[in-house]
Amino acid sequence: MKQIAQKKRSNPPTSNTLPKAATGIQGLDEITGGGLPRGRSTLISGGAGSGKTLFGLEFLVRGATQFSEPGVFISFEESIPDLAKNVASLGFDLDRLVAEKKLFVDHVSITRSELGETGEYDLEGLFIRIADAVERVGARRVVLDTLEALFGELPNPSIVRSEIRRLFNWLKQKGLTSIITAERDQPDKLTRHGIEEFVSDCVILLDHRIREEISTRRLRIVKYRGSTHGTNEYPFLIDDQGISVLPISSLGLNHRAPDERVSSGISRLDGMLGGKGFYRGSSILASGTAGTGKTTIAACFVDAACRRGERALFFAFEESPEQILRNMRSIGIDLEPWVKKGLLQFHAARPTYGGIEQVLLLTHKGITSFKPSVVVVDPVTNLLMVSTQNEVRSMLTRLVDFLKTQGITSIFTSLTAAGSLEASEADVSSLMDTWLLLKNIEVGGERNRALYVLKSRGMEHSNQIREFVLTDDGLRLLDVYLGAEGVLTGSARVSQEMREKAVATFRSQELETQRRELERKRRIFEARMVMLRAEFEAEEEIIQQTISESELLGEEVVQDRGQMVLSRQADTSSYKKEGRAKIAPVR
Amino acid sequence: MPTIKTKTRAQAGKPDRRKPEVWNLRLYVAGQSPNSVRAFANLKAMCEEHLKGRYQIELIDLRKNPQLARGDQIVAIPTVVRRLPPPLRTLIGDMSNSIQLLVGIDLQRVG
Repeated sequence: MKQIAQKKRSNPPTSNTLPKAATGIQGLDEITGGGLPRGRSTLISGGAGSGKTLFGLEFLVRGATQFSEPGVFISFEESIPDLAKNVASLGFDLDRLVAEKKLFVDHVSITRSELGETGEYDLEGLFIRIADAVERVGARRVVLDTLEALFGELPNPSIVRSEIRRLFNWLKQKGLTSIITAERDQPDKLTRHGIEEFVSDCVILLDHRIREEISTRRLRIVKYRGSTHGTNEYPFLIDDQGISVLPISSLGLNHRAPDERVSSGISRLDGMLGGKGFYRGSSILASGTAGTGKTTIAACFVDAACRRGERALFFAFEESPEQILRNMRSIGIDLEPWVKKGLLQFHAARPTYGGIEQVLLLTHKGITSFKPSVVVVDPVTNLLMVSTQNEVRSMLTRLVDFLKTQGITSIFTSLTAAGSLEASEADVSSLMDTWLLLKNIEVGGERNRALYVLKSRGMEHSNQIREFVLTDDGLRLLDVYLGAEGVLTGSARVSQEMREKAVATFRSQELETQRRELERKRRIFEARMVMLRAEFEAEEEIIQQTISESELLGEEVVQDRGQMVLSRQADTSSYKKEGRAKIAPVR
Repeated sequence: MPTIKTKTRAQAGKPDRRKPEVWNLRLYVAGQSPNSVRAFANLKAMCEEHLKGRYQIELIDLRKNPQLARGDQIVAIPTVVRRLPPPLRTLIGDMSNSIQLLVGIDLQRVG
């Protein structure tokens, strides 16, 4: 249903020029900009087993079920029961559709050995059969599966040719959207008998190739008159839901870029990323050599997401879910409750099982059905086992685009060979927004893990290398020491820490001693002051006593003198003055 | 064109070691197309010549009964199907080549 919505969005600009009939085949309507040319013929060419018949049948079945356009299938090769059986495994119930008069299947079988020719003939019989079938179900779509079989079974190819030309004109005249399949046996020819010259509107090529024992299916639109279309080779897949052309959204770079940040699950890593963690909807690459803790980083992120109540999807291409759960438990990250709660889902499979398209489709389907907000692909480098670098890159581009349009934050881990640290194996770094590089640093006979942020688009990030240690209770990031001999990690770091600690202790002890010394001196000083004051006070007392005694004495003398003056009748005023003046300075 | 059924009882023309056979031929045509008309005339002439009184031509116009085309897997017009005697033989074309026609529906042994 969603594809239909997408189709409708992309339809208006083209519908003015060329009406299109949606195929309903996942992904195809996107790359054709709405479907096959309506009322015209499309040639589907491909080698044996490339999926032509299925393509045609799916076109009809989806037309009948999703777009209420009944269809007619004229099979020149397979019998009707065989066809029904073949597509039943894809969930198409041909018999039911036939019974509901939404589909008409006719098997045209001619056996050359029973056939003789005598004189001129035409294919009116076939025309009548098709016309009758079309009329019976009110068909809008017609599929002629390997029309070229007629060449093999009927004598006089020139008649067959001209009749096929007439047939195409007839189909067009009737306004039937039709698919004609044709076998391709030579790489430089589209069809064995060159019938593509009659089909001028749309030609789609299906290809099924085996490279290094792994099969990939490809689809390419060779020609689409009057319409723009994707020109690449698109991988496609046939699985239990029919054909899926991949990917669904790779035509434009117009995904949103939210400002929201999500924690990486490691607080110090968040700190390195401007203090807030990753951007939501961004793609993160964690690359590193073997055993540097890539999966652990991913697991931390998943754990954090689940804690926030978000859904996480973990694609494990190397380890089984059980193994991941156990390993993470050993460092204190327990993911099992999230699995039980339904917040975390694992998809574990060896990519060699089905090839790169299968992997892309698996991820695609997992994501659309589970709707996670966090996705982990661990590791992307395993995909290289099944495909070439180019294909992996294009697959990842598509996956990243898809994830971004869905606003899903994704972590991809990538195993790098030692020595080529900054060249990620799948050459995917340019697709990624944030690149965490994990490496082993070898110092003093030890390997220690180090992490740094190689790039992080659109945010401030630390340029420092951090050591990270896996402890029983999780992952911790530590500062590394930059000494004269380089980065110090592990026990070198520990001994450096000890040394620094010793120096610091020594310094603080010294300081303490000095402080005590000062205190002691202050006390001595104060004690002395007290003593001095006491001495002074004692002396002062004595002196005061003396002074007052002397004063008393002085007054007595004056009185005595006065009495003497009185008795001698002397000039009193002058005596008093002198008398006082003389006694005043007594000490 | 009406369906023409020409029935003639087998007569003791030749003392055959087998039982006298009735030939059942079915001619598929599409309306009055030149090929169809020609084919009927040619077939009739041949039968008259070689199978006089021992043949039966069923003329089927697919324009009128299109659904009948499926039964005998008719693609080309005109097509003649020899239903009897077995085995089934199919021949396409306007029957203008009488030798091919004879060979095609395996008539030469009768002649």
